[in-house]
Amino acid sequence: MKTTRRDFLTTAATAAGAAATGNLAHAQDHESGHSHAHQVVPSDPALRVKSLESLLVEKGLVDRAALDALIDTYEHKVGPRNGAQVVARAWADPAYKQRLLMDADKAIAELGYGGMQGEHMVVVENTPTVHNMVVCTLCSCYPWPVLGLPPVWYKSAPYRSRSVIDPRGVLREFGTEISEDVEVRVWDSTAEVRYLVLPERPSGAEGLTEDALAALVTRDSMIGVARVLPRREGGAA
Amino acid sequence: MNGVHDMGGMQDMGPIQKEKNEPVFHHPWEGRVFAMYRATGAWRKWNIDAARYARELIPPADYLRMSYYEKWYEGLVSLLTERSLVTRAEVDSGRPAHGSSKLTPPLTPKELLDSVAKGAPAKRDVPVPARFQRGQSIRARNINPVGHTRLPRYARGKVGTIDRDYGVFVFPDSNALFLGENPQHVYSVRFSARELWGEQAKPQDTVYLSMWDDYLEPA
Repeated sequence: MKTTRRDFLTTAATAAGAAATGNLAHAQDHESGHSHAHQVVPSDPALRVKSLESLLVEKGLVDRAALDALIDTYEHKVGPRNGAQVVARAWADPAYKQRLLMDADKAIAELGYGGMQGEHMVVVENTPTVHNMVVCTLCSCYPWPVLGLPPVWYKSAPYRSRSVIDPRGVLREFGTEISEDVEVRVWDSTAEVRYLVLPERPSGAEGLTEDALAALVTRDSMIGVARVLPRREGGAA
Repeated sequence: MNGVHDMGGMQDMGPIQKEKNEPVFHHPWEGRVFAMYRATGAWRKWNIDAARYARELIPPADYLRMSYYEKWYEGLVSLLTERSLVTRAEVDSGRPAHGSSKLTPPLTPKELLDSVAKGAPAKRDVPVPARFQRGQSIRARNINPVGHTRLPRYARGKVGTIDRDYGVFVFPDSNALFLGENPQHVYSVRFSARELWGEQAKPQDTVYLSMWDDYLEPA
């Protein structure tokens, strides 16, 4: 298979055309929040990636089993439930919350989380007067150990471009209205520091166990684009 | 580089497309690209800044059109070929060139997972003096380097306040080009939204950026 960079780009253009068609076909889905347009990708990237993997394996550069193990880790072991445990502990234990705000790396490590893309953590607290939200305008920086790999929207041009210039408009798109007397504080992850938002504890959550509290905490609330609601829809909390 | 990746403040990029119950990877090949990038990084032929720069060098129209992991594939192939782990001909054929050398053994599953669990801190424990103090007024320098930088266009020339000193970190502008780590202080700098965007911004809103010493001058 003789292919060049230009071939790949041409194929990518075709893929974009297919995706655009998909967009029209699924416009209805978009409105109801079930977008799958970016899943319309031809098999070509799959073939190229497979070819690259064979090459790297044959050259002794990677071990397939190691790739499998890493994918399994990020698909099944590292994700926003980790961050939710951190938030729930902070809500339940004021001394832990203090440690978390003072030295997030150590406090997060207490719960067993840390590593790649979470080496230098800072936790920012939402209060009645400050609402924090996190973005990476330059690429896709995100705190992997506590939130897992970022969702597509976080890495996309619309979110990266507008979060800093129109944060309230972006928040509104997530159904989050921030009142005029609250400071919206946007954290642009331009260095190796990674941010986790500590959302406000919802009213009516008194007396819940730490696990029940954690069940209320969503990924989006820890990025800062949503609030934590007293009860998740259909949840038993 | 004043590239299209530097998106902060651009408008009309469309609505944010949220997806309910989004999978970590939408296709198996996305996971393979992600994992290959991490696994080949262990050969230490590049660093995270060089990897970001490789993706920034994707031509702008393609950068906007490609999916996230298509960009990662492109960046990975650039790194592998430019740092001589494989040749372009090998990528094209999917086979090692006849008689080409092997760099083996690769990381075992355990070694790879351990490296990810350990992370790759960018902080450096070296005595570098801080040029600025908490509460000090600074101006982000108006620089337009053609290489890699983590100083977004929207902040250049703007006046902010040092909120916190994060310590000493590798400097991406030099590291991305393999010109050395040049460790220096990184600060959390607070900008008022009005300073960045004018009257259309709310006076109470703020944007915080992490900024290296070399990006700042006294205001």
